[in-house]
This record gives sequence, structure tokens and C-alpha cells, in this order.
Amino acid sequence: MRVVLAEDLFLLRDGLVRLLEAYDFEIAAAVESGPELTRALAELTPDVAVVDVRLPPSHTDEGLQCALQARRDRPGLPVLVLSQHVEQLYARELLADGTGGVGYLLKDRVFDAEQFIDAVRRVAAGGTAMDPQVIQQLLSRRSAGSKPLGRLTARELEVLELMAQGRSNAAIAGQLVVTERAIAKHTSNIFAKLGLEVSDDDNRRVLAVLAYLDQGR
Amino acid sequence: MEISSGGSGMATRARGVVRDGTRALVLAVVGLPGALVLYVLAVVSLLLVPLGVGIVTTPWVLAGVRGFADWRRVVAAEWCGVRIPSGYRPVPVDANPWGRCFRLLSDRATWRDLIWLQVDMTAGFVTALLPAALLFYPLEGFALAAGLWRVFTDGTYIGWWYAFVPVSGQASALAAGALGVVFLVASYHLTPSLLRVHFLLTRAVLAPGQGELAERVRVLTETRRAAVDTSAAELRRIERDLHDGAQARLVAMGMDLGTIEALIEKDPAKARELLARARKSSADALTELRDLVRGIHPPVLAERGLGDAVRALALRVPIASEVNVDFDGRRAAAPVESAAYFAVSEVLTNAVKHAGADRVWIDLRHSDGMLRIAVTDNGRGGARIGTGSGLAGIERRLGTFDGVLAVSSPAGGPTMVSLEIPCELS
Repeated sequence: MRVVLAEDLFLLRDGLVRLLEAYDFEIAAAVESGPELTRALAELTPDVAVVDVRLPPSHTDEGLQCALQARRDRPGLPVLVLSQHVEQLYARELLADGTGGVGYLLKDRVFDAEQFIDAVRRVAAGGTAMDPQVIQQLLSRRSAGSKPLGRLTARELEVLELMAQGRSNAAIAGQLVVTERAIAKHTSNIFAKLGLEVSDDDNRRVLAVLAYLDQGR
Repeated sequence: MEISSGGSGMATRARGVVRDGTRALVLAVVGLPGALVLYVLAVVSLLLVPLGVGIVTTPWVLAGVRGFADWRRVVAAEWCGVRIPSGYRPVPVDANPWGRCFRLLSDRATWRDLIWLQVDMTAGFVTALLPAALLFYPLEGFALAAGLWRVFTDGTYIGWWYAFVPVSGQASALAAGALGVVFLVASYHLTPSLLRVHFLLTRAVLAPGQGELAERVRVLTETRRAAVDTSAAELRRIERDLHDGAQARLVAMGMDLGTIEALIEKDPAKARELLARARKSSADALTELRDLVRGIHPPVLAERGLGDAVRALALRVPIASEVNVDFDGRRAAAPVESAAYFAVSEVLTNAVKHAGADRVWIDLRHSDGMLRIAVTDNGRGGARIGTGSGLAGIERRLGTFDGVLAVSSPAGGPTMVSLEIPCELS
């Protein structure tokens, strides 16, 4: 799988290259600035891009902007954005086009190599990988104010949280140490309580959840 | 084309006149009782100073007076573009009640406020009522002409006076209606200027005069000292947080790694356990650093500027919020953005924690070299700028930039906090 990597700090870039290569990814390019990233994404057509939010020369949210632009030019281009901090505002911008294949994680998540690699693969396959922090902010906000989430049981909230991060039923079952059928039952309960259409598509259901969490503000 | 553009110009003008007339009515209705009550309270409180009670009550009452004056400053700038500078001397945070009271009484701005209250309840009331009356009095004339006169007379005697027209039947009622038209025409031409006269009068009394440049210099010196003190305290806090938090965790992590090095052959199980702990230490250190950065210079503010930073902030509060920004894409100077951001953050925290609000509206605008922010919530109200409240901290922060803070928060709500900072956008 071919990856374009953008990170301005040498140490981190080097570490990420090593980590991805250890898990059999092919590094198509490892760049350190916004313009370079834009060029690499246009010319190399990678399977997935791993991008730092803050990049030179502006040192603002240049990485995010480049990624969003690249996705406008090539809809569905899988992009995993890494950041020193996570903001719902940015998560919404990434999810806004509704085509999936996006991820938004804290940089610390690379500490757990397996989970991080799992996230990269999920994004490359067109799924989503949202940082648990984003989801938690969303959930705490919703459960404070809106009734439908209040009707969920503690277990269902747990499942919803993992589902919103982009996990499949199998992965959720593995993490919560229950059977996949139990999860399937939970998810259909959740969909019923939230009034969402049941869908087989992993990615669509996450977007539906996030869209639900996002609206009614 | 000519006609239609003239027509729309007239419509705009008419809307402006109605708006200004309504505002004048608000000023008259709120201003008179407000000024009266505050003035009486202030005089009583001052008389009680020799008895000791006044030392405690005076700062509270004067804070109310200042709030009232600041509200007027804000509406003067917003409604008519009349800028009324304020020249209050800051009161040290740690002053005792006597020091605080003495400080306020020795401030010329305090006495200017008290004189203004007298003017505001007399001449100020008249100049606010006049434009309102010009706009609304004609309605009575039209109502009389339309038949209301029958309530007052059967046509044989003078039952009602409309201005100088004695109403005694349909004919004189029509005359009253005609006079109403005259008033309305006068209102169309005069109301905005009359409202402006009201604010100019306010400015004449409330603004520091030319002879008070020295006063201004003193204010600047003191706000500068406050700013320096605040930033020194901030640096100490950052140093302490780094020292006790992230730094300590990194040291612990280094020690754990050293132990792991020694154990890796002898006791792999123990080494693995320590590795997990070291990883947790580094994650915790990162979280602490992240929180620290958010407290100094929030990342979204650095990356996107005030508008998006406030939007991100609103997303993080656990209540429904609505943010409007009219200057997206343009940035103010970093210190101004930072002061405004933390002010909004503090106000939002208050709304959630103390006011028990479940909805908040944040409005950010920039015009005429002024950044104006209004935060309104539907909570229980009762917020005021006083000692020890976060609002006093905001006021000090804004003071450095000649910014003004005004709070309107009647018991029962809603609370509206407006702040203004002079600044240019780029």
C-alpha cells in the first residue's frame, strides 16, 4: 500500500516512516511542507495520505487545508490527519463531504502502533478513524442536552462511541470481549433509539452517527 | 430606476428612523429609573461612609454606576457611532474595602459618573424622550382621526387635547391627524439627529476632558502595571506547571527506561510492565503539555484566528450555542485576539457554571475600528462585575487595550455581556 507522508519535524517523520515500513507500507513520499504535499498528492496518487495539521511555510493549519483541497480535486482520496490537538471544528470539516476515507487522530495515538496501523488501513479502505477524544466531546455534549442519547444504556453508549470512531462490529466485539451478535443487537437498538436507518455499510453508519451528533445544535 | 432607487432609499431611511425612535424610547424608559435609583443609592451609600457601612457598600454601588455608564458607552458607539472614552483608574485586586472605597472616591471619573447621573435623569431623559415622542405621538393623532375621538367627546365639548389641538369632533380630530402627519414628517427628518444629540450630551458629561490628560497617563501607567503583573504571574504559573507536571513525568519516564535497560535480560515480565508505565507517563506528559498550551495560546486561535477559535470553543461547551462572525478571514493583532478569546471563554464558563443557561448566542463583529463581541445566554442572570469574579479579571485584561466591558444581567436573566476593543483587522 503506497503512502504519502507529510510531517515537518524530522524526528517524527523519520519515526513514522520506520513504523509504516515495519508494517509493510510503501512510502511513496515523505514531505515536510504544504506545497510539497500538494504536489506529491497530485503526482503520486497514493492509496492513503498521512498528514500533520500544522505544516510550513505558514505553520498554521496548512496540512489540513492541503488535504481538504486534495480531496476536493480527487473525491474519496483517503486522508489520515494527525494533530497535536483535536478539535471538533476540524473533524467536521474533514467529514463534511460525506465520502468517507478520512481519519483525524492525536499524534500520541502512534504510541500504540497496532491501533495506529489499524486506523491507517481503515482509512485507506474508505472507512473512518476518529479520535476517541473527538467522539467523547461529542457524546458528553449530546448526552448533556439531548434526549435520544439519554435513552441509551451505558453499554450502548460504549458501543456507539466505538462505532463512531469507525470500528466494525467484529472489532467492537473484540474490544468489549463479547460476541459479534451481541454487538449487532446493540447497534440495531442504538439505530432504533436514534431513529437512524440501518445500513450494512460500515462507513455510512459512522457518518450517519456523526451527522446525527452534529445536528440539532 | 431613478424612482425605485429613491423609494428604497426612503424605505431604508424610514426603517432607520423607526429603529432610532425605538432605541430612544428604550433609553428614556431604562435611563430615568436607572439613573434615579443608582443616584439615590450612591448618595445614601456615600452618606453612610462615616458610619463605616458605606465603606463596604460604596464599591458595590459605584460598580453598578460604572456598569450603567459602560452600557451607555457601548450603545452610544453601537447605535450612533459616538465614542465615549472611559478613564477609570483600576483598583488593585488585593485592596481591602477601605482602600478600594478610598481609591474609588479619589477617582475623578467616579464624580463625573455621579454628575452624569443627574444630567441623565433630567436633560438626558428629555433628549431621549423627544425623538421617541416625535415617532410615536403621531399614532395617537391618527387614532383620534380614525374615530378614537368618540371615546372622549360626543362632539359638543372639548374632550381631549392633542398637542395644541382641542378635539371636539370629527373635524378637529382630522386636524389632530394632520398634526400627527406633521410630527411624523418632522420625525422622519429629525429623529436620528436628536438621538445623536442625546449621546453627544452624554459624551460631554461623561468623557474625560482635555484637562485630564494627566489622568489618562495615570490610567495608562496603571493598566500597564496590571498587564506586567498579570504576565509575570502567568509566567510563574507556566513554570510551575511545567516543573511539577510534564518535566517530572519525563524524568520518571527516563528512570523507568533506565531500569528497563537493566531488567530486560533478567526479568522480561517486569521490564514489560515498566515499559507500559513509561508509555503512560509520556502520554500523560503530552496531555499536560497540550492543556498548558491551550491555556497560553489555543491552537485553533493560532491557526485560524478569533472567529474559528470561538466556534471551536462553542463546540466544547456542553450547551447549545450559536456563533456569528462578520470578519472571517481577517485577523486582529495576536494580543487582542488572545484577550478577546479568553474573555469569551470566561463568559461562557460563567454561563454554564453559574447562570445555568442551556443556550448561548455569541456575536462577533468589527466596524469603525472596533471589535465588538456580545455573549447572550438564557440563564438566571444576576452576574455583575465585582471583586473576585472572573468578569473583573476580563475587565483588567481588556483595560490594557482600552477595551470596555458591559454586563446586563437582571435577576432572572437573560445575561448579556458585551465587550469592545479598539483594533484594526488585517
